[in-house]
Amino acid sequence: MSLAGHIPHSRVARARQLHVWLSCALLVAGVFSLTVGATDVALGPALLKLARGETLSQMEAIVLWDIRAPRLVLGMLVGAALAVGGAVMQGLFRNPLADPGLVGVSAGAGLGAITAIVLAGLAPIWFAAAVGDQLVPVAAFLGSWASTMVLYRVSTLHGRTSVATMLLAGIALGALAGALSGILVYISDDRQLRDLTFWGLGSLGGASWIKVVAAGPIILISVLAACVLGRGLNGLALGEATAAHIGLNVQRVKNLAILTVAAATGAAVAVSGGIGFIGIVVPHLLRLGTGPDHRPLLINAGLLGALLLILADVIARVIIAPAELPIGIVTAVLGAPVFLWILLRQRGIVDL
Amino acid sequence: MDRRTFVSLSLAMGAAQSPLWAATEARDVIAIGGDVTEIIFALGQGHRLLARDATSTFPAEAQRLPDVGYMRRLSAEGVLSFAPNLIVSAEGAGPPEVIDILRAASVEFAEVPEGYDADAILQKIETVGAALGVRDQATALASKTRAALDTALDRAAQRSDDKARVMFILSTQGGRILASGTDTGADGIIRMAGGVNAVTSFEGYKPLSDEAVSAAAPDVILMMDRSGDHSATDEELFGLPALSVTPAAKTKNVVRMDGLFLLGFGPRTADAVTTLNRALYPS
Repeated sequence: MSLAGHIPHSRVARARQLHVWLSCALLVAGVFSLTVGATDVALGPALLKLARGETLSQMEAIVLWDIRAPRLVLGMLVGAALAVGGAVMQGLFRNPLADPGLVGVSAGAGLGAITAIVLAGLAPIWFAAAVGDQLVPVAAFLGSWASTMVLYRVSTLHGRTSVATMLLAGIALGALAGALSGILVYISDDRQLRDLTFWGLGSLGGASWIKVVAAGPIILISVLAACVLGRGLNGLALGEATAAHIGLNVQRVKNLAILTVAAATGAAVAVSGGIGFIGIVVPHLLRLGTGPDHRPLLINAGLLGALLLILADVIARVIIAPAELPIGIVTAVLGAPVFLWILLRQRGIVDL
Repeated sequence: MDRRTFVSLSLAMGAAQSPLWAATEARDVIAIGGDVTEIIFALGQGHRLLARDATSTFPAEAQRLPDVGYMRRLSAEGVLSFAPNLIVSAEGAGPPEVIDILRAASVEFAEVPEGYDADAILQKIETVGAALGVRDQATALASKTRAALDTALDRAAQRSDDKARVMFILSTQGGRILASGTDTGADGIIRMAGGVNAVTSFEGYKPLSDEAVSAAAPDVILMMDRSGDHSATDEELFGLPALSVTPAAKTKNVVRMDGLFLLGFGPRTADAVTTLNRALYPS
């Protein structure tokens, strides 16, 4: 990017300003998401009722508090996790196509979820009793975490993690997970098969406060931790050797990046299924707009990811109401053409 | 009363907002599952339905009701937007979190057990009737259905030797044959209609290798009758190498029936058994 040399300050300043704008937009989208839905319950009248000291009807209380609110919170967390995870991975691998899938999250989570869906009946009784209805998310999280740890161990030698090894080992591990999933798909019945398909398309439909409480802290802590990686990722952009020479603890950056991404996106995928696209598109949109400096970029990615996912979820639950569209369909159908259009318009200055 | 009169009659009643019904029975029920919806209409309770799921395509009035989507992926708010008091559902509606929310919103939830034989159908009718509070109608419908099923099954059972080997094919996507093994609705209806399932080596619906198809040697191919361009023509079907050497290919013997009619295991199953039986043994 030849232009970047001349106007670094204005770009960073613009990126900082964007924090404010995105936060405002996120607030508006949040209120909007609480207001819109298949029922005619709306936020305004309900708040008015509360202000007057009246009690809400059972319908209002359940729709606002048990359906829309946990969905909103979960949507923000998942969107932020996916977008920040994507930005960190692109920085770590210095590759515009990188996404959290590279550290084995998707393959592991997918295998975990499929195992839970197909073999639920075989789970040990104490385990099934402990997790109850949440078997699929728990298994998906354990699967993603386990596969990242395996990948991390495989590619770390003498305390040094090789991202190239990680990339290649990730492909091998992904193939293995795919094969195991294939075996489970083969022995599944057609109902389980449909469950699998829908899981892969993602949905916030099963959002509940239990899920928010279980996944929220993991996502929040790791996203916040990832947001301090900005300086380290900027250094890595120069190449690992140079980064080490300018005094950066390269291995620590890598450790933090891999662990936070695995935890955040693992938890996000566990509660929402496979939601594609956010992790790739959000960071690129922001880079095109406000430059590649990771310090503001990571924060903006979290905000924009949360914003887009909330809007996508509103569309998913309203467009074919009373039924509901898988959210992965919405993010891809709306996101892909927009991304392509922006990319083509900016082709002159983008040379990824 | 034939179907057309029934439809127009109930339409007229719906339009007139029959005071008798409006006073005693509100519209407050959502039906999930094609068989459940069919039973509700057969019990004369169709007017109480607010909405139905994607698989409820019979009778025609059901299709005019709003569609709440696929039964395993219900939307809590979408269902609540109808303010139902009762959901009558086939086995396995979900996701569980949504069902929990619906229960918390004091929506009653009645689950109708699944099964692929005559007793299961009667059980379904009794369960739906109990959930709707119309046990008398349910008992009447159940005994009528039992009589019809007994007649159909007796006729089908007359053929004790030289039974037709039937292979139910779910799809032939990309030339790969996805056939029914045991423990499926297709297996149940084939047996009830006096045929023999040609594929018994596995449970559920699975892709068969070409050689396994030939080895199964079906006399008849049974398929769902699909509108649109999904259904393979007979030429395409028997042009598949795996099928071309089977006895069914020599006689071009393929039976196509409506999916819900064939595999619904509801009030129409006696008719489905008879129809399939006649198709298997035309003479």
